[in-house]
Amino acid sequence: MRMPFTRTRQRTAPTAPAPAAASRRRQSRVALALTATLVASLALAACGDDDSDAEAAPAGAAATTFPAGSTMAELQSAGSITVGTKFDQPLFGLRNLRGEPEGFDVEVAKIITNALGIPEDRVEFVETVSANREPFIQQGRVDMVVATYTINDKRKEVIDFAGPYYVAGQTLMVRADETAITGKDTLAGKRVCSVSGSTPAERIRTEAPQAELTLFDVYSKCAEALKSGQVDAVTTDNAILLGLMDSDPDTFKLVGEPFSTEPYGIGIAKDDDEFRAFINETLTAAYSDGRYEKAYESTIGAVEPEMPTPPAVDNYTS
Amino acid sequence: MPSPTGGWSLIDAVLDNLDVFREGFVRTLLLSLFAAVAALLLGSLLATMRVSPVPPLRWAGATYVEIVRNTPLTVVFFFVVFVLPQIDIVFSYFTFAVVALAVYHTAFVCEAVRAGVNGVDAGQAEAARALGLTFPQTLRLVILPQAFRNVIQPLGSVGSALIRNTSIAAAFGVQELTGVSQGLTTANPSDVIAVLLAGIVCYLILTLSLAAGVGLAERRLAAVPR
Repeated sequence: MRMPFTRTRQRTAPTAPAPAAASRRRQSRVALALTATLVASLALAACGDDDSDAEAAPAGAAATTFPAGSTMAELQSAGSITVGTKFDQPLFGLRNLRGEPEGFDVEVAKIITNALGIPEDRVEFVETVSANREPFIQQGRVDMVVATYTINDKRKEVIDFAGPYYVAGQTLMVRADETAITGKDTLAGKRVCSVSGSTPAERIRTEAPQAELTLFDVYSKCAEALKSGQVDAVTTDNAILLGLMDSDPDTFKLVGEPFSTEPYGIGIAKDDDEFRAFINETLTAAYSDGRYEKAYESTIGAVEPEMPTPPAVDNYTS
Repeated sequence: MPSPTGGWSLIDAVLDNLDVFREGFVRTLLLSLFAAVAALLLGSLLATMRVSPVPPLRWAGATYVEIVRNTPLTVVFFFVVFVLPQIDIVFSYFTFAVVALAVYHTAFVCEAVRAGVNGVDAGQAEAARALGLTFPQTLRLVILPQAFRNVIQPLGSVGSALIRNTSIAAAFGVQELTGVSQGLTTANPSDVIAVLLAGIVCYLILTLSLAAGVGLAERRLAAVPR
């Protein structure tokens, strides 16, 4: 199952960034995300990666045994897993210069893959954008999707969700000097940007029907359009907006109360109840033993230090 | 409740959203039309530059064609939509998309027309000059009418590529066919294939109509009757 989308193995040892370089890097994240999108669209075909030299055996994994025939047992014996995540979502899933995604979603995915006993260099992250997450799961191109993925009933018709592991809410981001827009009820005649095919894009149509909607394929373009005055507001989950603000703290601000509840889940193949239960158990354990908190603090915590109480997982029966 | 596997429910997502599709279809059509007209005019002008007796004009034309033709269209879009606003050139995203598509396809129209001009027998130009026609007159009255007849089919190919390339505008703020299809796939995750197939049918309607028009034009205008 080779996925010619990205290289996940580390080529060079990471070097610690100098403090000055760190702040510079923060500022250029939106630009980076834009460039990454661009490069990705150019380089899609060119990145096959032969893994024949993969050496690692699952370290310390033999401790857990899974029921024969279960997804967990299959993944454990394969010793590798393919995870869909966002590549342009600061704080959740953003591809860094070495080509590896970083963020809260990535850390949550690693909690699960660690529990499966799969070494980190055998976890392959592929980019999933809002519109292709269900098809990727249905076609088996990814084993799970951790990608700011809102749980809803329509999606549950074709896939299943473990979690939720985080609850976000839709709100608005505007330019720092904006005074006219104070919430969703002040959007009449304003140009609002979101991502084509996303839940927030559909919701803002009903929440603010008088707003003029502009849709891109990624949020980084919305941030760029907001900065240049092409649109007046960007709307999506506050968590994502915080990520966009992280790269431009003085340019943007959030306004208004959240007007939705967006429980983020982990998308997996439909009717794989064993795998779903396993992920839910792993998440619940991670809530209490500090792994979840560590994942939060190293990512979202940089912008929003107050960690919300992790949501109870939903072991629904389909 | 729509079933993910079969039956009429599969195309409900399409039938229930015909108005949305029509909106996307019209926008794709308008994008194609505006961009095609602009590219045809600018491309012919550029081809004139490339065959003109003035070296700087030839060089400028060649440089434009080589740069634009060898740049991916996504990059052209990126440049138009995100760089122009930084120098205070601001239009609607629809206009930006027309500009990007026109800029890009102008290069291809230019090369098609230039091939047609080069395909006209040199004796035609010499005869025109012998009659005392200036270069613009020669081109306008003698060369271009014959050249265009020879390149109807290649221009049709450029037009067909243009129609399909309008889909890139979906990633740059224009809700055309591809954009509305993406929106509908989110609203109807169980009917993704039906929605995308409907999108394909819409594109086929446009490209096949163009192909029919090109065939007709070629039969009517062919320089040599077959």
